[in-house]
Amino acid sequence: MGRLFAVEIVYRGIFQKKLAANISRGIVLAAHKEGKPGISFGRYGDSPERNGIPAKYFAIVATDETTLEEGKAKYEPKEVDVTICVDDTLFKGVESWAWYGLQPINKLLKPDGALIVTSLKEPEELIPLAHRKEAPYKLAVLKGTPSFSGLWVYKDDHTDVRILGAIARLLPELFGLASVQETIRDEWHNELKATSALRAFERIGTATVTPDQGNPQEPYKFEMPKWTEMREGIAIPGIPLGGKVKDPVTGEEGGWRPGRNTTFKKWATRTMRPVVDFEKCIKCTLCWLQCPDSCFDVTPDGYYDANLEACCGCGVCEAVCPEKDCVTMVNETRFEDNSSQWEAWRKEPAAYDTHLAEWIKDRPERSHGFRFKGQYQQELPNEFARQG
Amino acid sequence: MAEVIAHTPERKPATEKTSLITGSEAIAVACKLADVDVITGYPIRPYDTVMQYIAKLVSNGEMDCEYIIAEGEHSQFEIVKHASACGARVFCGSSGVGWMYAMEALTVTPALRIPMVAMVGNRALDDPGAFGVEHNDALAVRDLGWQLVWVDNAQEALDTALIAYRVAEDRRVFLPCAISCDGAFLTHSQALVKIPSQEKVDEFLPRYDRGDLLLHPDNPITVAPQANEDWLMEIRRQTAAGMERSPQVIREAYTKFREIFGRDYGNPFFDEYMTDDADVVIVGMGTLSNPVRVAIREMRKEGKKVGFVRMRWFRPFAAEELAKSLSRFKAVGIIDRDFSLGAPHSSGVLATEVRAALYPLANRPPLLAFICGLGGREVTLPDVKNMTDKVYAAAAGKPQPSTQWIGLRE
Repeated sequence: MGRLFAVEIVYRGIFQKKLAANISRGIVLAAHKEGKPGISFGRYGDSPERNGIPAKYFAIVATDETTLEEGKAKYEPKEVDVTICVDDTLFKGVESWAWYGLQPINKLLKPDGALIVTSLKEPEELIPLAHRKEAPYKLAVLKGTPSFSGLWVYKDDHTDVRILGAIARLLPELFGLASVQETIRDEWHNELKATSALRAFERIGTATVTPDQGNPQEPYKFEMPKWTEMREGIAIPGIPLGGKVKDPVTGEEGGWRPGRNTTFKKWATRTMRPVVDFEKCIKCTLCWLQCPDSCFDVTPDGYYDANLEACCGCGVCEAVCPEKDCVTMVNETRFEDNSSQWEAWRKEPAAYDTHLAEWIKDRPERSHGFRFKGQYQQELPNEFARQG
Repeated sequence: MAEVIAHTPERKPATEKTSLITGSEAIAVACKLADVDVITGYPIRPYDTVMQYIAKLVSNGEMDCEYIIAEGEHSQFEIVKHASACGARVFCGSSGVGWMYAMEALTVTPALRIPMVAMVGNRALDDPGAFGVEHNDALAVRDLGWQLVWVDNAQEALDTALIAYRVAEDRRVFLPCAISCDGAFLTHSQALVKIPSQEKVDEFLPRYDRGDLLLHPDNPITVAPQANEDWLMEIRRQTAAGMERSPQVIREAYTKFREIFGRDYGNPFFDEYMTDDADVVIVGMGTLSNPVRVAIREMRKEGKKVGFVRMRWFRPFAAEELAKSLSRFKAVGIIDRDFSLGAPHSSGVLATEVRAALYPLANRPPLLAFICGLGGREVTLPDVKNMTDKVYAAAAGKPQPSTQWIGLRE
């Protein structure tokens, strides 16, 4: 029996769909240069046409056709040699449209497998965000801003070929750099991209993550009911109405927290979260009114607190807020939990304001989509500079 | 356009009377007696006779219901589906390609556990446009969770419509039921029908109680959300369980019917005629029973011991019971008033199903399949005798084609 290789690409719906497909295709084609058959497919249960929703692509390669059948026999691989994470905010876990529960980013990795992530952060900043894993694994950070395209525009910042170059270095049994470069010339006809793959191959390094490192929390799970336990007629019980919100300082109860889905939390969809400067809030209600997910809780003192288990990070609240710096979207990698900002502010206003000033200091760049004509051309040179 | 009848007509405690009405009118009368709340219509022959009779009942003030003329069959079935989800007793129906045009709505109805009762005025599928009877329209939903029943006279049409409501709306089942009435032979010919009294019908038919599946603000539920492979098998299994419980509920309904109305249909699932001493039997559905029975009487004068099994319930299919019954005979001939092109042995739908039902038997009788009476062509007495001769030949072991077209110009 030959050897079976599996690589998963964890990406965000819409913005990284083409990127993930390119990487997966590139893996199979490069391996084919070395005589290995393979297949590439997006997980069918995903909904990659939804903004930001975590989704997966898989590349399965084998040393021979018979062994490849073992990979094809599964709906999706149960373990992978390499996990590619094209957005570092996915480190907190993946709850896909079709997945009931939170899946740690490193869940499918084999012991000593490689987790490749595109990020500007250092390994020690990223490791605490991912869940702990029983076996050690290798973390490889490919320097660069996570690549986000628009719905119609592919941001060709060479992330696809740089990932392929990194794989050639970390798992040479799958394919070597020469095969990657040959594939690039065949597929993309771009010598510059072949050079980018070479640079990634040369520079990629790994850090070993041990079982005592990472987020110790147990990811939330969901028990699937038996057919006899489900209500008939495809009737799903409604979510109960909400209730009042309690002030952590005065104990006063008031405002309104709507009832929410307890088994599907939306936060894994988020690359950014709104942070609110309650001192600047004029209680105009616009964020609460416009939020497409009704994620704002109304507090007893009349503020609007983005509930971070329900917020999917779309940024509408920031866009509609009339007050400067009142609502600011900040990249998710800055935060380790989903606790209430309003409660933190009520308990320790000074400490909260210090954090807030730190979070919004650099007017963080919005991470997804293109919002004006020419943004693509404007961003690319900066990106190549960041990548070195 | 929705026509709302504001007043509630007086419901007189009439005693049983006899009326000269068509099979379609009998179904309309059953709707009145069952106090159906929402009815939708869209004209297509021969089903449209039912909507005409219901319209007359409503305009005469004899019946109180929402009577909605939809802009097509798809909407027609969707409207009653939603009304039923909201707790209304509903009725609708169609024929031929009209029924097929409603296919998407027909498909989603069983999974949502909607106990809709529909009348199919069986009609050949286009093309060519033909009004006559073929059973392919109703049979098109045979895999989807619809209960399907065939009747052969107007009295049975009325009685079966009442039984259909009782069975479909039983919480153990909660599946739609289509009553097939052969176009022309049943929908357009009048016969003397006993109309039961309202009190007896009220005693026979419990209120429709949708329970925790009721779509109502007091019972907040989402119905039919998107689901993936993590849920589909469980949902299908639930629907299958409803169908598996249906035979018992059907038996109970016929027993109760006999108690209250005094009419005994015997075995609810299939009706046996002169089978006690029969050597061979013919099996069929719908109004072809009339020529078959007459031909059998004539053949018996010639000493041929022939019987007839008329299938009433096609879904659920009483496979074990039927196999047990058919195992008594030397050979079986199945008449299909339908076609299933490319099916095993080129047989029609009924023959294929009966053949499957017989498979577990240790000693299977030889089975011959016939395609006959398509598009409303008359099934003649010589046709039936011709088929019976072939079945006798099969019993004697004479090899012949497993499926034969009868009454064809050739």
